[in-house]
Amino acid sequence: MAIIEVKDLVKHYGEQRAADGVSFTVDEGEIFGILGPNGAGKTTTVECVAGLRDRDAGTVSVMGLDPARDAKELKQILGVQLQESRLPDKMRVGEALDLYRSFYPNPADPDRLIESLGLGAKRRTPFGKLSGGQQQRLSIALALIGNPRIAVLDELTTGLDPQARRDTWDLIEQVRDTGVTIILVTHFMDEAERLCDRLAVIDSGKVVAVDSPAGLTARVSAEQRVRFRPSAEFADALLLDLPEVAGVERNGPQVVVSGSGNLLQAVASVLARNHIVAADLRVEQVSLDDAFVALTGKSIEN
Amino acid sequence: MSSFMKLVQAEARLFVRDTTALVVGLLLPAVILLGLGAVPMLREPSPEMGGIRFIDYFAPSMIVMSVGVVGLTNLPTVMAGYRERGVLRRMRTTPVHPAKLLSAQLVVNVGAALVSSLLVIVAGRIAYGVPLPESPLWFALAFVLGITAVFALGMLVAATAATSRAASGIASVLFMSTMFFGGVYLPRFMLPDAVARIGDFVPPGVQTLLDSWNGETPAALPLLVMAATALAAGTASARIFKWE
Repeated sequence: MAIIEVKDLVKHYGEQRAADGVSFTVDEGEIFGILGPNGAGKTTTVECVAGLRDRDAGTVSVMGLDPARDAKELKQILGVQLQESRLPDKMRVGEALDLYRSFYPNPADPDRLIESLGLGAKRRTPFGKLSGGQQQRLSIALALIGNPRIAVLDELTTGLDPQARRDTWDLIEQVRDTGVTIILVTHFMDEAERLCDRLAVIDSGKVVAVDSPAGLTARVSAEQRVRFRPSAEFADALLLDLPEVAGVERNGPQVVVSGSGNLLQAVASVLARNHIVAADLRVEQVSLDDAFVALTGKSIEN
Repeated sequence: MSSFMKLVQAEARLFVRDTTALVVGLLLPAVILLGLGAVPMLREPSPEMGGIRFIDYFAPSMIVMSVGVVGLTNLPTVMAGYRERGVLRRMRTTPVHPAKLLSAQLVVNVGAALVSSLLVIVAGRIAYGVPLPESPLWFALAFVLGITAVFALGMLVAATAATSRAASGIASVLFMSTMFFGGVYLPRFMLPDAVARIGDFVPPGVQTLLDSWNGETPAALPLLVMAATALAAGTASARIFKWE
C-alpha cells in the first residue's frame, strides 16, 4: 500500500528547475531509495515531501496529509535526518535526545533508542567529542525520537569510514524491521543496491526509472560475462554449442564468454568434462553503476 | 516539562559551559568596576564630574558593557552559529518551530544581562559604597528600554548572518560603537560634547541610566529613541529572520 504519493512535483529556484515533474510512490514498510548525482534534485524532492519547502506545482500526499498544508501534523509522523545538520558542540547525547523528545506528542523511549543505536556509553559525551559515525547515529536517533512512521535519511553515510558505513546500513535495516518506512537519499550505488527495496533514479530534476535494484540492472541488459584462463587449448565450438552462450572471444591467454541464464554453471561443467581447469575465473554482471550510466548517459560521480 | 522550558534549560546549560560567555558576559563588568575602584583617586569626589566620585559616575557604563556583551555579541554569534551548523534547519523538521529556540536564547541572554548588571550594582555597593539607583522606577524603565533596544539590534544581526564569524564581525562594530558612546573606553566627561550628546541616544542610553541612578528624572527623548529603536529593529528582524 502506498504511504507516500508524489505526482508531477515541480520546484524551481529562479530559472533552475530543481524538480521537474517528479512522480513516484513509496509503499509502507519499504526502504525506498532516491538515487542520483549531486545536484540532481534529490534533496529538493524530499524537502517538498517532508514539508520543509513549498512546491511550485504537482501533488504530494504523505499518509493522506499534504505537506504544504498540514506541515505541522506531518512533522509528528515523519522524522528527517538532514545533510550537514549538526548540534551545538557542548550539547551531550542524552541532553539532545531529552530535548528533542519534548518536541513530540508520543516520543520513543530515549534509553532504548540510545542503546539500540550503540550510543549507550556516550550518553554524557558532548556532540563535539563524538566521531563522525557516532554523530551520524545521534542524528538518526533524533530523526527517530518522535516515533515516526516514515524516516527520511539524506546522504547519511557521506564522510563515514567503511566500517561505520556498514554499521549504519545494519542499523537502517533494523529500523525498517520495526515497521518504519524509510526514504533513503543517496549517491552511492553500493548503498542503494544493498539497502533499497525499490529506488527512483533521478537526473536533472526528472525521474528516469523506478524499480528494484535487480529490475534496474535487468532493464539495461541481462548479459553476463565469464572470464578465465584455460589450462589447455580447446575449440570455441565446445562452448558455442551451449544454449546459454552467445559469444566467445579470446584475449591473449584469456577467454571471455558472454551469454545469459545460468552461464557460469554451463561453462564450468563443460570445461570440467573436458578436464580443462579455468584459472582466474571471474563472472562479470551488469552493475547498478552500468544501469545508471545506461539510464542517464552519465556516471554518478560527476 | 514543556518544550519551551526544555529549550531554555538546554540553552542555559550551553551558556554556562561556554567559558568565554560566562567570564566576559557575566563577570567581567563587575570585575572591571572592582579593579578601577581599587585606585584610591577614583574613589574621591571630583569637580570634573560635578562633585561625584569617578566610580559612581562609571558604574552605568559597566551596565552598558554587561548588556552589550550578551545582547550584541553572544546572542547574534550563537544564533548565526545555529544557522551555520544546521541546528535551525534540523529544528524545522520537528513539530516545534525554531522561533522557540530564538525565544529561549533571548530568555537566557536577557537573564545573563540582568545577572551581570546586578553583579555590577552589588559589587559597587559592597566594595565601594556606590549608592543603589536612587530613582528605582526610572532606572528600571531606562534599563528595560535600553536592554530591549540593544537586544533588538543584536537580533537584527542574528536575523541574516550566515555564519557565526560574519555575525561576530558585524556585531563587534556595533558593540565597540556602543561601548565608545557608552563611555566604557573613555569616561564620557573626556569625550567631546557632540560625541557625548550622541551617546545619550545610542542604546542602551548611558545618560538615562546615570540620571536615574542619581535620583534625577531622565530626559524623555532618549527614552523614546530607545523604544523606537527596539520597535524598529525588533520588527525588522522578525520580518527578515532566516530560519535556516
